[in-house]
Amino acid sequence: MLLATETVNFPLLSALVILPAIGAGVVALIPSRRAATARNVGVLFSLGTLALVVYLVIQFQIHPEFASGGANALDHANGFQFIDRVVWLKQWGISWHLGVDGISLWLVALTALLVPIALLGAPVKSDPKSFAGWILLLEFGCLGGFLALDLFVFFVMFELVLAPMYFLIVGWGGPDRRPAAMKFFLYTMFGSAFMLVAMIALVVLNSHSTGHTTFDLIALANSPGVANTTARWLFLGFAIAFAVKMPLFPLHTWLPDTYTEAPTAGSIIVAGVMAKLGAYGFLRFGVYLFPEAADYFGPLMVTLGVIGILYGAVMAAMQKDLKRVVAYSSVAHLGFIALGVFAITKISITGAVVQMVNHGIIIAALFLLVWFIETRRGTRLFTGLGGMQKKAPVLAGLFILFTFASIGLPGLNGFVGEFMIMVGSFATRRWWAVVAASGVILAAVYLLWAFQQTFHGTPDPDEAVEHDLKFSEVAILAPLVVLIFLIGLYPRPVLDRIEPSVQNLQSHVEKRIGVQHEAPPGAVRVSHQTSDDTSKGEEHR
Amino acid sequence: MNLLGVLAAEPPIQKVDLPKVDWAALTPILILIGGALVLLIAGSLLRGPRSRKVYGPYSALVALAAGIATIPQWHRVQDHGAFTTVAGMVGIDGFALFATATICAAAFLAVLFLDGYLVREDLVGIEPFVLLLISASGAVVMASANDLIVMFLGLEIMSIAVYVLAGSHLRRARSSEAALKYFILGGLSSAFFLYGIALVYGATGSTHLATIADYLAANAFSNDLLLLAGIMMMIVGFGFKVAAVPFHQWAPDVYQGAPTPISGFMASAVKIGGFVGFLRVFTTAFDIYRLDWQPVVYVVAVLTLIVGSVFALVQTDVKRLLAYSSINHAGFILVALAQSSQEGTSAALFYLVAYSFMVLGSFGVVGLLSRRGDGRNSLADYAGIASRQPLLAFLLTVFLLAQAGVPFTVGFVAKFEVLMAAVEGGDWLLALVAMVTAVIAAFLYLKVIIAMYTGTLSDKVAALPRVVIPWGAKLALVIAFVVVVGLGIAPGPVTNLAEHATPHLIALGK
Repeated sequence: MLLATETVNFPLLSALVILPAIGAGVVALIPSRRAATARNVGVLFSLGTLALVVYLVIQFQIHPEFASGGANALDHANGFQFIDRVVWLKQWGISWHLGVDGISLWLVALTALLVPIALLGAPVKSDPKSFAGWILLLEFGCLGGFLALDLFVFFVMFELVLAPMYFLIVGWGGPDRRPAAMKFFLYTMFGSAFMLVAMIALVVLNSHSTGHTTFDLIALANSPGVANTTARWLFLGFAIAFAVKMPLFPLHTWLPDTYTEAPTAGSIIVAGVMAKLGAYGFLRFGVYLFPEAADYFGPLMVTLGVIGILYGAVMAAMQKDLKRVVAYSSVAHLGFIALGVFAITKISITGAVVQMVNHGIIIAALFLLVWFIETRRGTRLFTGLGGMQKKAPVLAGLFILFTFASIGLPGLNGFVGEFMIMVGSFATRRWWAVVAASGVILAAVYLLWAFQQTFHGTPDPDEAVEHDLKFSEVAILAPLVVLIFLIGLYPRPVLDRIEPSVQNLQSHVEKRIGVQHEAPPGAVRVSHQTSDDTSKGEEHR
Repeated sequence: MNLLGVLAAEPPIQKVDLPKVDWAALTPILILIGGALVLLIAGSLLRGPRSRKVYGPYSALVALAAGIATIPQWHRVQDHGAFTTVAGMVGIDGFALFATATICAAAFLAVLFLDGYLVREDLVGIEPFVLLLISASGAVVMASANDLIVMFLGLEIMSIAVYVLAGSHLRRARSSEAALKYFILGGLSSAFFLYGIALVYGATGSTHLATIADYLAANAFSNDLLLLAGIMMMIVGFGFKVAAVPFHQWAPDVYQGAPTPISGFMASAVKIGGFVGFLRVFTTAFDIYRLDWQPVVYVVAVLTLIVGSVFALVQTDVKRLLAYSSINHAGFILVALAQSSQEGTSAALFYLVAYSFMVLGSFGVVGLLSRRGDGRNSLADYAGIASRQPLLAFLLTVFLLAQAGVPFTVGFVAKFEVLMAAVEGGDWLLALVAMVTAVIAAFLYLKVIIAMYTGTLSDKVAALPRVVIPWGAKLALVIAFVVVVGLGIAPGPVTNLAEHATPHLIALGK
């Protein structure tokens, strides 16, 4: 077998992270009068990044084998591939340290896919040049965040996405964009403030006990670390940042405004990708770094997640604006992800990762469809919509398809993630899983309701000027349609790559918490896992 | 000091040994003062419009030369260790040289901005340049003072020149008002500082920093009220110079009233002078008494952080807003100072470097946008200005985001380093307060940015011609931008220097 990454000298991950940043620079240098060219160059760079990511997915090995030893042995032992490491700030032990595993792989793929779709699908009229530049900078931050194996690098990327997003909302947003942008920026920065202090505290405490300062995620996760009581405080610091970014009830109040006021391309990225930075952060920097604390606060986090599911559903049902319905549905779906992450079983975490990807695909498509409707009708309010089905059957068909995917209809991708989360969390967080299941029904209520109000009924004769989707618009949605069927019907290739990494995470958690048990073999995974986790739960409580 | 005693005891006139002066070690100060004096003389001899064009570039070169003159000294200190000269009054160590270079850089940029500003305002003359160079030399003296009396001399040289500079816009009433306010309050604080020195001298019998430290280490007071009162008064004196709360009241008025490049100079070089003096005196001479002064500095730091960010929220004048934000920055530096540790000192030094470039860049752009008369500084004047002045709006955005601490700018690294030092010292609560106020401060930077990018251009501003950026300001803006972004991505070289700039501080002997 090929020895992965050790034989590949090309720094693939650095290249694919930095390429969008270079793209942003190039776009900025093109004179403003050639804005169309600038936008096309931006699209090219995002497609180039996508090509690198496709190459990464192909080269990614499910069960990598590495030559023993070497500088990156610890990373490899923890299941990371394609390690790039360059010393950045020596005195604080900070490196530009990137690596990919099954969890980050699909989120990176999602990011690289959604950016060109956002750029092509929802173009803007004014100043397309700056728009493309900001989007590429946003992509840089998101990719860097998903691939960072150094706390400092992660934080920098996590913070960096704020500025481009802010300018996207301010520059191209809806009528209430200014307060929305301000709220978004301050909320997220406020969360990050806690994370930064917690991060530094972790590093300093670790350096006191081990003698050297390092921001390396894997070294920190595997070092004897800090006392459990301290770790709980530190976990809370990280959790506030991620809960804001994700967002988790009750720190979600920036979300509806931001999602609604942002330009569609911005909404796609903030909901499809950036929210995942929070969820991913919970996994990679919450559960992985502070297993005991994550377990300790598990009930709290899961409760917040479930409240989010119900609250999001109820709020979505009450909205008068189609885009706000989609925004609140996002709160509900992210609640599911929180449930999956903090149930801390292998199946639920795998489900959460799958759900992150699925939610990204579905919400991107829904935002695009809302945008297509808006460009036709000039409004997103239900009062101005209605009766579009007759004149725009393709639009209606696609909308109902993604609605079903979002509800979690078996055979479509939404089902896979939600089902796994429910099954996995039933083992450790039974009653929460039961309540969460009702969220699925509520999702059906509000989404179908929204569909009815938009597409059924008789159109207002004055406004009935819409035409169906153009070929180019269908073409942009096509990859997403393919993906919801592919993941819905045959999720194996996706799951195969996620599972070993989740297994690593799970055994790391068990090792650190002190519960010993054998990893269940593949075939009867469900039943074994369930019993194992139940026993683990009992030992703990 | 005991010269008279010596003379009285021994009637035959004795040869008085003049202190040995290591002139090479003093080159930065000599260049600054010499350059200023040469300019003063030449300016009175040369008349005519042509010679006016030379003042700015000449002064910039002087500042640059003084900055470069620190390099050989730096190597000397690194190779042979810190040393004192002029009978132990002046101490040359990494700390002094690092601060000197920073002060010179700040003066360099300020001169470049000032040049175009004076032309625009029809104020061309040599005085502002001369005063600016002299003020910078005062700050340098503070940085290398090894004795409280020399510290006071530096403080006064620096301050008196700046009082005049603040009022140097002759046709602006606000400018004179600012100068008067600054002068009266500054004089008061100097008195506090001097009285503090007197009390410390009374308690320890010396004004020499190393001697004070030795004395405090060797003796325990049965009643240390005298010393503590002296220390507190010195905190008041320094607190005033660095605009720490509750000694900050002058700052918004003075920053708003002074000519904008001078505000930038006050916010950078003058503040550096105050902070390096503060750092040197408190982390060397009074280090042993840190348990007594640290709580005070903590409280001052917290107040400074909070007032600097919260009060800025209601400001509608960009210069006042920057003044409050500079108070918030001072809070960050105080957090680092309060640690009285090597990490804290190097964090404070790096923050000063970062802050100087950010704030000079910001004031530079503001000065250009303020137009003739230096009056268009309200937020309403900034509305929609990005559509008319895209480049200046972009630069101001970068400088403001850097001040907010956005990654890949030097502001982030500076805040990060301060937090590292604070947490290392066990003050994670202080670190948290600092970060939360940084978020509040971010709000006000965003307010300016939002105004620039989304507001609608007011008719008055639209009627004005586009700003022509003079060459000096162009150069200064490019430098500030390169430093702010460059050090944000690769801060290594300067953080290394800052780290080497501290150990000698403690080891400084007689």
